Amino acid sequence: MLLALLNWVITLATVVLFAGKYWWFPEAINEHAREYDEHFRNTLYITGVIFFLAQMSLGWVIFKYRSNGGRSSYVEGNNTMEVVWTTGAAVLFIGAVLMSTQVWAGVHLSETPANAVTIELMAKQFAFSFRYAGADGKFGKTDIKQISDANGNPFGVDEKDPAGKDDVTSSAIRVPAGRPVLLKMRSRDVIHNFFVRELRVKQDVVPGMEIPLRFQADKPGTYEVPCSELCGLGHHQMRSTLIVLPPADFENWLKEEDQKLKQQ
Amino acid sequence: MASHAMHVHTPPSGFIRKYIFSMDHKVIGIQYYFLALFSVFVGLLLSVLMRYHMVYPDAKVGFFETLWPTGAPGGVMTPELYLSLMTMHGTIMVFFVLTTAPQGGFGNYFLPIQIGAEDMAFPFLNMLSFWTTFVALVVMMAAFFVQGGAPLGGWTAYAPLSALGEIAGPGQGTGMNLWIISIALFCGASLMGAINFISTLIDLRVPGMTLMRMPLTCWAWFVTAILSLLGFAVLLSAGILLLMDRVVGTSFFLPAGLVVNDQILNHKGGSPLLWQHLFWFFGHPEVYIAILPGMGLASNILSVFSRKTIFGYRAMVYAMLSIGFLGFVVWGHHMFISGMSPYTAIAFSIMTMAIGVPSAIKTFNWIGTLWGSQIRITTAMLFALGFVSLFVSGGISGIFLGQPGLDLYLHDTYFVVGHFHMIMGVAAIFGMFAGTFFWFPKMFGRMMNETLGQIHFYATFLGVYAIFTPMHVLGIIGNPRRYADFKEFEFMGQAMSVHTFMTHSALFTAAVQIIFVINLFWSLKKGAKAPDNPWEATSLEWSIPSPPPFDNFGGKHLTVHHGPYEFSVPGKAKDYVMQVDPE
Ligand code: HEM
Ligand SMILES: [Cu+2]
Ligand SMILES: [Cu+2]
Repeated sequence: MLLALLNWVITLATVVLFAGKYWWFPEAINEHAREYDEHFRNTLYITGVIFFLAQMSLGWVIFKYRSNGGRSSYVEGNNTMEVVWTTGAAVLFIGAVLMSTQVWAGVHLSETPANAVTIELMAKQFAFSFRYAGADGKFGKTDIKQISDANGNPFGVDEKDPAGKDDVTSSAIRVPAGRPVLLKMRSRDVIHNFFVRELRVKQDVVPGMEIPLRFQADKPGTYEVPCSELCGLGHHQMRSTLIVLPPADFENWLKEEDQKLKQQ
Repeated sequence: MASHAMHVHTPPSGFIRKYIFSMDHKVIGIQYYFLALFSVFVGLLLSVLMRYHMVYPDAKVGFFETLWPTGAPGGVMTPELYLSLMTMHGTIMVFFVLTTAPQGGFGNYFLPIQIGAEDMAFPFLNMLSFWTTFVALVVMMAAFFVQGGAPLGGWTAYAPLSALGEIAGPGQGTGMNLWIISIALFCGASLMGAINFISTLIDLRVPGMTLMRMPLTCWAWFVTAILSLLGFAVLLSAGILLLMDRVVGTSFFLPAGLVVNDQILNHKGGSPLLWQHLFWFFGHPEVYIAILPGMGLASNILSVFSRKTIFGYRAMVYAMLSIGFLGFVVWGHHMFISGMSPYTAIAFSIMTMAIGVPSAIKTFNWIGTLWGSQIRITTAMLFALGFVSLFVSGGISGIFLGQPGLDLYLHDTYFVVGHFHMIMGVAAIFGMFAGTFFWFPKMFGRMMNETLGQIHFYATFLGVYAIFTPMHVLGIIGNPRRYADFKEFEFMGQAMSVHTFMTHSALFTAAVQIIFVINLFWSLKKGAKAPDNPWEATSLEWSIPSPPPFDNFGGKHLTVHHGPYEFSVPGKAKDYVMQVDPE
């Protein structure tokens, strides 16, 4: 009786918590993120209705069927009902997955457009570094023996390779707004994770693998990047920022960095 | 037959053979139960300390320093201490609580009795598996006290962090070795237990106890044992490989080109993803190992206290069997964003949604059972109803996480922490509470106090929802899990009020567990004497004295004549028919 009431109150409070969106996703800054939000909302509607009906009816049977000293009805089951709810649940659940594969495919199964900016990421305990090919459009070869954070060479760019001379490295990732980006991610010690909430993407960065991630950010601004795979005692401080610049500003920034390298 | 009927087992006489190194399944069941009870309080204490640290990261707490002189210098908890508490909390809860009490504890005690057996098929093996579990627990606890402290890599122990040794962080040296050894011992113990359960159930049923006349608890323990057998074997192998990477210098999980702390390592050819595949091949079935006995028990209790037969008994059995089977083909849903092939992710997500179907069937059947019934509210019944409520709430968030498209954002956020605590953590714990209140009279011959029991239930039910529901919205903000504090991130500012609320809820929930402890120990000593069948239930354990004699049935050979849930059968004088009733 009291339980029926409590279960209803908790159910309503939960519905209010989710419907009120007091704590919610940050603004979406690209097409994929908007699709994500739409699919999340659809799933929330479907599951919300199931949740509400299931909890309410649980409360209802507890309330309605308190013992009054009589006898229960004797029903061993009902095959038609079993078939109906099995099929119903199967259609609903599988349907949800099939709908969401579109969101998934948009990130992981699409081709990289020809005009994409290629950026490399190198993760280590507990920092991210990013590398741009520079004016020649070519990344210099790397050599793990030359990795040195002290010398500002987190990627171990080979001293002897001329293509590496103009490679720009940075601890934040700057991208031009509205242009596709191909991020090639590597880690040199343990698993880390690249997560940008506003892009609605998250991808582990695994040592021994080079994992590509494609995205495009449309809205200029600065967005936080929290490492989202446990990587050791500094995990909670492993932070970077995604800085989305208007395309002209992005080109200027690259040029300035290039100048700086030449003056050295 | 005749000579066999005369064969009465006599109990051992010495204290040690009777209570310590006992081969009696009932004593072993109680030993497992108390081992889990001790563990759950350690786990609970750790969780409260974690919750406290997250909202007051800079607080100076004297006794932190007393407990962990190097982990909390000056009383301020370091992030590495936070992570080691988290790792130990998760490990202790999953292995030493959820895997021991429902199966090793209640299963050991009641599986033989419910099928009419005098003991398990292999009593010596049974004793061995308990004591191996005990040693595993001691080794695990020892990790707190060694140089560097307990490991910090989480209960999932992802490589390379877990494979690298001390260089990867404090606790990753000796502490991590102890962790692996403890888990390996635990795997061995679970394998022995699983073999015993399966053999007992197949071989030792009394005449008339057909498979479809077994209580649903027996079905649940049976499927759980099969999952244990196949799952723990793989974890054991994975653990041995991991230990070899650490101490012999092999490279199963370590790829070439590692530079840790500016030091180039000499490994090559291993794969960090291999660990994840092996771990989750065990890890997903493990969540069913934790929850299936609770499902069986909830079904059983709902039927007894609603005085109504189970709605769709066969559907319940088939649902458990299909959960058992599908449980082995969905592990990849933990790895959607791990870097494995995106096509594989889609295959795993379809399987995952498929496993949602039998889970939904069970829920519908529970509600079907209650429909048109006569509910008697007892503490055991309240916990069984609470189990159903939590199972629904935790299952719903699984529909989000099972879709790779949505997991793209939710993975490794507090949404996941909320999800698994509801469905595997507290739902399973509610199953244990239900089992305790239901079977305590049979196990100890005394009743537990109902008033204290119900107060404890309501406070806990409210408390766990208040802790774990808000975690979902934190996940929607993007709050990463396994963070010692959130000071570094601007976007977490808005979340701190929610974290504070959850910490207070956790302190409240932890505090009210004292009511349970008092009730348990008070009832052991002072509880009212229990009759043989206090709940007017039907299965075999209720046809013998409370507590049962050494050989369970006093040398009698029973025959079973009825199904397990014959309540309110039309035309019968009483509203229940015991399984052993001749007509
Ligand atoms: C009052 C009860 C509980 C509270 C307040 C609590 C709290 C927590 C907290 C704060 C974390 C760490 C989250 C993070 O930093 O990411 C955690 C992790 C965890 N908890 Fe609990 N917990 C409770 C009960 C349980 C129970 C009953 C289980 C049984 C399954 C459980 C299993 C776990 C697991 C497996 C983890 C993950 C550890 C890891 O990330 O490696 N917890 N819990
Ligand atoms: Cu990290
Ligand atoms: Cu799983």
